[in-house]
Amino acid sequence: MKILVCITHVPDTTSKISFIEQNTKFDQNGVQFIIGPYDDYALARAVELKEQLGGTITALNVGTSETEPTIRKALAIGADDAIRIDAEPTDAFFVANQIAHIARTNAYDLILMGRESIDFNGGQVHGMVGALLGMPSISPVMTLDIDGNIAKISREIEGGKELLEVALPFVAGCQEPIAEWKIPNMRGIMSARSKPLVIVAPFSDLVRTTVNHFELPPAKSGIKMIDAEHIGELVDLLRNEAKVL
Amino acid sequence: MKVLVFLELDEENIRKSSLEAVSYAANFASQVTALVFGSTSLEGLNSIGIAGANKVLQVTNDRFKQPNIMAFSSAIAEVVALENAETLVLAKSSTGDSVAARVSIKLGASLVSNVTEVPDVSEGFKVKRSIYTGKAFAITELSASLKILSIRKNTVPIKTDGATPEIVIFTPQMDEADFVVKVLSSEKITGQILLPEADIVVSGGRGLKGPENWGMIEDLAKALSAATGCSKPVSDMDWRPHHEHVGQTGIKVSPSLYVAVGISGAIQHLAGVNSSKYILVINKDPEAPFFKAADYGIVGDAFDVVPKLTAAINAAKV
Ligand SMILES: Cc1cc2nc3c(=O)[nH]c(=O)nc-3n(C[C@H](O)[C@H](O)[C@H](O)COP(=O)(O)OP(=O)(O)OC[C@H]3O[C@@H](n4cnc5c(N)ncnc54)[C@H](O)[C@@H]3O)c2cc1C
Repeated sequence: MKILVCITHVPDTTSKISFIEQNTKFDQNGVQFIIGPYDDYALARAVELKEQLGGTITALNVGTSETEPTIRKALAIGADDAIRIDAEPTDAFFVANQIAHIARTNAYDLILMGRESIDFNGGQVHGMVGALLGMPSISPVMTLDIDGNIAKISREIEGGKELLEVALPFVAGCQEPIAEWKIPNMRGIMSARSKPLVIVAPFSDLVRTTVNHFELPPAKSGIKMIDAEHIGELVDLLRNEAKVL
Repeated sequence: MKVLVFLELDEENIRKSSLEAVSYAANFASQVTALVFGSTSLEGLNSIGIAGANKVLQVTNDRFKQPNIMAFSSAIAEVVALENAETLVLAKSSTGDSVAARVSIKLGASLVSNVTEVPDVSEGFKVKRSIYTGKAFAITELSASLKILSIRKNTVPIKTDGATPEIVIFTPQMDEADFVVKVLSSEKITGQILLPEADIVVSGGRGLKGPENWGMIEDLAKALSAATGCSKPVSDMDWRPHHEHVGQTGIKVSPSLYVAVGISGAIQHLAGVNSSKYILVINKDPEAPFFKAADYGIVGDAFDVVPKLTAAINAAKV
């Protein structure tokens, strides 16, 4: 089983979001970067599938050299080798094009990634990669089990889930509870240093969207505290201010 | 501008977020055609016109009854060409994400997700989209001639002044390669308000101590005609189903009112709710971080406050 896991390098979930250079650039000052939480689920499931079925896991990231600590973390968690496409991940189409190019030449049985990145929340890359490769793409995947050439998948739909069956290969966008996040152990961290990380030039520079500038939402105007003994005041606010009653 | 809108169904009705997408399109298009797969009640079909569509293409063929991402994408690509549509609009959803992405590759379109405002076409074609899970916006330019916009839920009011639409039965071409993913079964709550679509959400956290205490959350939700949600530990412990998990790694909601009971307000939870119009927090700890992100707050024991609030709301309604 050859598994490709695509990971994003994104600000930690507790990061303060702000912008610099006339709101055209994300302010990285003091920000910690992590493997995208959804990608981390995909990687964790890949490690479990490898334990169960054998095979190899390749981690792939489209990013500049600053993403290498994030890639090393994926190697420490259990990827066998890694590929970094040396470019800014400018838009979903650009990233999908790079992933599809790598996949065309390596014949993976399974291409896993998160359902969406937590920076731009597009949820587009898995579908684009599937379409570029002419493969099914399934997302958001909550459970994934493989028996021979066939996968059984549960996919979240609004207000429920559906159970699917599909033959390999395919692309999956993952979310919980597909697996528990894995914390790298000492042995993993040591071995990650010597695992191969190949750097590849981008295959195409086509993009279809560009960010003109960023904006922040207006600040909240402040909280009104209501005494539990005067609940009627809250009902008035819900009716006259929030207008939900 | 000619716009095609892809619709999704709940039972025989058009999903609320899909009607929002129709109204979004009607706000800037000269001609809005909607495409729906599956059988729809007459009321459902009319609601599409009232929301702003001129024409509805309905695919009634049985093979399109179950949501099928690949077959839907091929059919949409076919209709975009037939109708000479310049823009495709749809609601962001679990199926919508994949469909939009696949159509964008088939047709070489620019795709932007989580759009919150009508396009600015004064110079090029720009839209505002929500990013960083609601913590920021990006004004994004689309360069391809065909554009695909997936609209954030609960952002666009549904129009009520449209007319009865023209309804045309459409039979797409079929490619067996699009039917390789088999749907074995599907479970869905019925007759309840869907959390991602809901105008009011009542969520409970670990402060509720156990699944047996959710009755009061459900009672408050019922009084408010709200959907129920929960924090991540609550769904991780299986107190509540996973599709109720709200936050950075769960469902993102943008209701008119979000009620958080016994939830501390961790930044990852806030990320899923910070585009709510109003937030009410009920927590026994006055230092709970959620109060900093809220509009209304009550410091108190949920077991005491929630039943009182439910009773007060029910009393106010009569
Ligand atoms: C990468 C990452 C992603 C995450 N994603 C999410 C996510 O998507 N969604 C999410 O929710 N969390 C997420 N988390 C977890 C998050 O950090 C918090 O741990 C979680 O939100 C806490 O849930 P809680 O508020 O229910 O529980 P707690 O933090 O335990 O809070 C319980 C609250 O209940 C109050 N309380 C207790 N008893 C009562 C009472 N009788 N009456 C009233 N109030 C009472 C307490 O004062 C407290 O504030 C994520 C964490 C990480 C690291």
